[in-house]
Amino acid sequence: MSEPIAIHAPLTSRVGVAGFTVGIVIVGIIAVAAIIGNQLVPHDPFTQDLGNRLKPPFWMEGTQAGHLLGTDQLGRDYLARLVYGARISLLIGIMTVITSGLIGITLGVLGGFFGGRIDDAVLFAITTRLSIPVVLVALAVVGLMGSGLGLVVATLGLLLWDRFAVVARATTMQIRSLDYVNAARCAGASTSHLLIREILPNIASHLAVVATLEMALAILLEAALSFLGLGVPPPLPSWGLMIAEGKDYMFFSAWVIMVPGVALFILVLGINLVGDGLRNLLGSERSR
Amino acid sequence: MLLLIARRLGLGLLVALTVMTLAFMLTRLSGDLAISIAGPSATQADVEIIRKAYGLDRPLYVQFFSWVGRAMVGDFGQSYFFKDSVSNLIAKRLPITLTLGLVGLSLALIISIPLGILAAVRENTWLDRGVTMFTMVGQAIPSFWLALILMIVLGLNLGILPISGTGTWQHFVMPGIVLAFTAIPALTRLTRSGMIEAMASDYIRTARAKGLSRARIIFKHALRNAAIPVVSIAAVQLGFMLGGSIVIETVFALHGVGYLGWESIAKNDFPVVQAVVLVLAAIYIGLTLLSDILNALLDPRLRTG
Repeated sequence: MSEPIAIHAPLTSRVGVAGFTVGIVIVGIIAVAAIIGNQLVPHDPFTQDLGNRLKPPFWMEGTQAGHLLGTDQLGRDYLARLVYGARISLLIGIMTVITSGLIGITLGVLGGFFGGRIDDAVLFAITTRLSIPVVLVALAVVGLMGSGLGLVVATLGLLLWDRFAVVARATTMQIRSLDYVNAARCAGASTSHLLIREILPNIASHLAVVATLEMALAILLEAALSFLGLGVPPPLPSWGLMIAEGKDYMFFSAWVIMVPGVALFILVLGINLVGDGLRNLLGSERSR
Repeated sequence: MLLLIARRLGLGLLVALTVMTLAFMLTRLSGDLAISIAGPSATQADVEIIRKAYGLDRPLYVQFFSWVGRAMVGDFGQSYFFKDSVSNLIAKRLPITLTLGLVGLSLALIISIPLGILAAVRENTWLDRGVTMFTMVGQAIPSFWLALILMIVLGLNLGILPISGTGTWQHFVMPGIVLAFTAIPALTRLTRSGMIEAMASDYIRTARAKGLSRARIIFKHALRNAAIPVVSIAAVQLGFMLGGSIVIETVFALHGVGYLGWESIAKNDFPVVQAVVLVLAAIYIGLTLLSDILNALLDPRLRTG
């Protein structure tokens, strides 16, 4: 602790930038695979081939040429399903963040900007939302209304706005009486102009960090819901569903759960690395 | 202090009431409950009988207030599937979930506090980066997947722990580890940032100037202050862990409240679903109240809040 910090500072920033770069590369590769992957993989993710069930991937014995990552319990090409699953994960992550971001940012900015009664109401909404057990309620909604991609997005979007609201509220409070906001107000700017043109752009970077965190969380939750059979319906190859379907065979062929699990892990890690890098760039690492 | 507790208590009750309303609305989402209870092969007459028997023919607001009124005194009605009252079911399952939660939280604290301190006193070294990396990895591992891997490694390959069920204390080890992993990243980061902040403060400089030993400074002076947010977050984390244990309980077939919730959702047993949502929310509300009070006790500066 007595050493001058300057010696180590370059190390931190270098590693931080490296983490950010790795994250961008991971997310980029998975995004490209999600968009064009199924054009490159020679197999269809839904075509069954019961004569070729549970063929192991290329690094194991007994692998089948042409099925790079093997086949699942119905003989469907695992690579094709994995690549299609990336599309589902990213789609759900992005759509959920848009939904929850809209709700959370609106509430947070309004509460932080106006204060008083409005802020009390926003704080109450945040407190209530935090006390609701997310997984259980999401499971219940999907269980009672029937599974489907749109419903999963809507449910997660309605449940995951709390961190957006907390951060938007706190950052809005910090800047609502800064000089440039006051200057705009004195110049006769309307309230909506103040909120949209002065406040939002200046808290956007903090919200971007929240967006990465929430996207990672949404992807993990969707996988958990699908794993429990109450998320994305089969035969869509959600990674969580692939793990659930492979569960019965995992003691004999562990790779059936390893392949989608590792994919899920790498995607979430990549998104978190991007978020961490953004936070470091903002220089607010110490305030959590 | 008393005013603080009273105000928090009032807020907690208001939140609980809102959650009750939401839980009630939630179970009405599916449309006609009588039809879903009766099942696909029921006739119109069967549905009418069920509607009468469960009181679903009454107006919604009557159903709501009668549910709220009875829930206040701990009566959540009868389960449709289990031939038992909902309160009994929950009372039977709650100890298992609480045990799991406490095992998970203890494991999480045992691992994350030393890691956080280590990272803080070696700030900006490779060790610090390593701890950060560990928290990143922990955050990215899907808990149900970690559960399956532990089953394969500890249960099948090494054969030292049972794979599923509720019987003995060994049944809580694997679920406890998995649950701990959901809290370790946040707790480690918080300990680290709290310690870094504390180590940079004036009273630590004073302690150092007095010539106190490094260990004394870290554990006696810095940790005590860094512990305040960790203690309060730990209580809140326990609430989140209990709410999130549904996935872990289901994977390990551990018959706690979360598993009960999952079973009831699958069986359209809506009085149980409502009650489980409410109980988990109530526990969370109670724990945040506790954390506020603990905070005020640990840090006199907060007592006026």
